[in-house]
Amino acid sequence: MATPRENDVKRRTLMAATVATAAVGAVAARAGAQTTPPAASPSSPAGAAAPTLKVSFTVNGKPRDLDLDPRTTLLDALREGLHLGGTKKGCDHGQCGACTVILDGRRINSCLTLAVMHQGGEITTIEGLGTPEKLHPMQAAFVKHDGYQCGYCTPGQICSAVAVLEEIEAGIPSHVTADLNAKPALDDAELRERMSGNICRCGAYSNIVEAIGEVAGRKA
Amino acid sequence: MKPFTYERAASPAEAASAAARQPDARFIAGGTNLLDLMKLQIETPAHLIDVNGLGLDKVEPTQDGGLRVGALVRNTDLAADARVRRDYAVLSRALLSGASGQLRNRATTAGNLLQRTRCPYFYDTNMACNKRRPGSGCSALGGYSRQLAVVGGSDACIATHPSDMAVAMRVLDATVETVKPQGATRTIPIADFHRLPGDTPEIETVLERGELITAVTLPKPAGGTHHYRKVRDRASYAFALVSVAAIVQPDGSGRVALGGVAPKPWRSEDAEAEMSRGAKPVMAKLLAGAKPTEENKFKVPLAERALAAVLAEPRG
Repeated sequence: MATPRENDVKRRTLMAATVATAAVGAVAARAGAQTTPPAASPSSPAGAAAPTLKVSFTVNGKPRDLDLDPRTTLLDALREGLHLGGTKKGCDHGQCGACTVILDGRRINSCLTLAVMHQGGEITTIEGLGTPEKLHPMQAAFVKHDGYQCGYCTPGQICSAVAVLEEIEAGIPSHVTADLNAKPALDDAELRERMSGNICRCGAYSNIVEAIGEVAGRKA
Repeated sequence: MKPFTYERAASPAEAASAAARQPDARFIAGGTNLLDLMKLQIETPAHLIDVNGLGLDKVEPTQDGGLRVGALVRNTDLAADARVRRDYAVLSRALLSGASGQLRNRATTAGNLLQRTRCPYFYDTNMACNKRRPGSGCSALGGYSRQLAVVGGSDACIATHPSDMAVAMRVLDATVETVKPQGATRTIPIADFHRLPGDTPEIETVLERGELITAVTLPKPAGGTHHYRKVRDRASYAFALVSVAAIVQPDGSGRVALGGVAPKPWRSEDAEAEMSRGAKPVMAKLLAGAKPTEENKFKVPLAERALAAVLAEPRG
C-alpha cells in the first residue's frame, strides 16, 4: 500500500496529466470531473493563441523563469507552470482565500493577479513555509489544534495566518480595532476579523483561531 | 478570459496615451475587480496597460495642510497611514470595513473609485443589464432588488456603487487628479466624479477615454469625530446594505454621506444643515427622492437608524 506521500505525488501527477490531455474528449472529461476545474474559467488558457510573455520571479527562494500566456493568473502559474500544487484553486474569484500566497511580504489572492505583473517579485507559498520534516510553527499549530477537516482551504489559511500576525506586529489596524491610533490587540475578535477572507466550508474556524492564537502567544 | 495583449507603462502620460491609442484598452493596477470581471467575460479588454510601475504609491502632505494620496496606494497602506488614522479616521474605518485583508493588500485608491457594481444582474451574463449591454433592459427592476439602490437610480438601472472608501472620500470632499492622453491634467471634485445612470448606466464616471487617475487629494483635516458605520448581512467581508460616513463636530453640526443606497456616494449639504436636529430631519432631506422597491424599502429606515446610532456616540 502506498504511503500518504506517495499517494500525494500520484494525485499531483494525475492532475498535471489532466491538463496535458485537456483536449482529448471523453477520457479528459472524466478526469476533469474528478479534479473539478471551475467551468467558467479554464485553469490553463486554451484555444486562441496569444503571444506569450516572459516573466521572472522568485518562488520560495528559488528564481523561476516562465513563458506565459498573459492571461495566466499567478495561481495557475504556480500550480500548472511550476507544479506547486499546495496553493489551491477554490472559487477563482477572490472570495474564498484558498489561493492565498505571500507576495513581497503581503498576503494576496493569487487568483486575482496576473503572473506577468510580478516581474522581480518574491512569492512564498505553503511549500516555502515549512517541510513535512520541519514544519513552520503555524503548520504545527494547525496540526496540533485540528485546524482543518478536509484540508483544502488549509494552505491558504496558513499563509494568511502567518501574514496576519505580521500585520498586527506592524500595527496595521482592522475593522474591529477600537482605537485606530493604538497597537492592535491579539485577541480572538481581531484574528477572526482579519481571517475573514479565508473561508472554511468544514467550519474549523474555532480551531483555526486557537492555532493562530497559540503561535501569536509564542511570538509575544 | 478573452485573449489580450499586455504592456507595462513607463509614465502616467504614456499610459494615458497608450490607452487612447488602442481600442478596448484598460489600465490594470490591483486587478482585484477587473480580473474577476474578465474571467466572467463581463470585461473583455483587448489590451491591458499595467500601471503598477508608475510610482504613484506615496501619501504626501499638500501645501494647504491636506494629503495627496497616489493612485496606486494600496487600501491597506492608506488605512494604516498614521496621518490618515489620526486626521481622516472616517477613511481608515471605511477602508477597513471593505473586502478582505488579501484584497486590501492589492486594491488601489484609484481602482477602488472605479470598481463596478455588484448588482447580481450585472454579474449574470444570461440576464439583461443596461450597464453590461446597453439597451438590453434591466432585470433588476422587478427582480431581486434587496441589495440595490433606493435613490439616484433610473428606469434603466438601479445598481449601487459598491465602494466604502468612496463614501468616506465624499464626506471628506476629496479631489480626483487625472492626466489625459495629450498630457493635460485636471482635478475633479469627488462629488462630480461618479455619474448617475440616467439613460446611460454604462457610463459611470466623468473620465474621458484614456484619462488616468494619478492621485486623490484630501483637503486639510475637518476635525470632529469620525464614524463609518456599515450595516451588512454578515460581520465581515460583505458589501454594505447601508453605510453611514459621518463627521460630527462638538456642537452637533457635521457632514454625512451614505453608501449602499445609490449609484454613487450619497450626500447633500442641504440635508446636513439638519444634523444638530437629529437623524430624522437629515434623512427626510437626504432620501427625499427615494424610490425604493418592495424588497429594499427597508434601507430607508435602516439608514435613519444607522445615522441615529452614529449621532448617539460621544462627541470628542
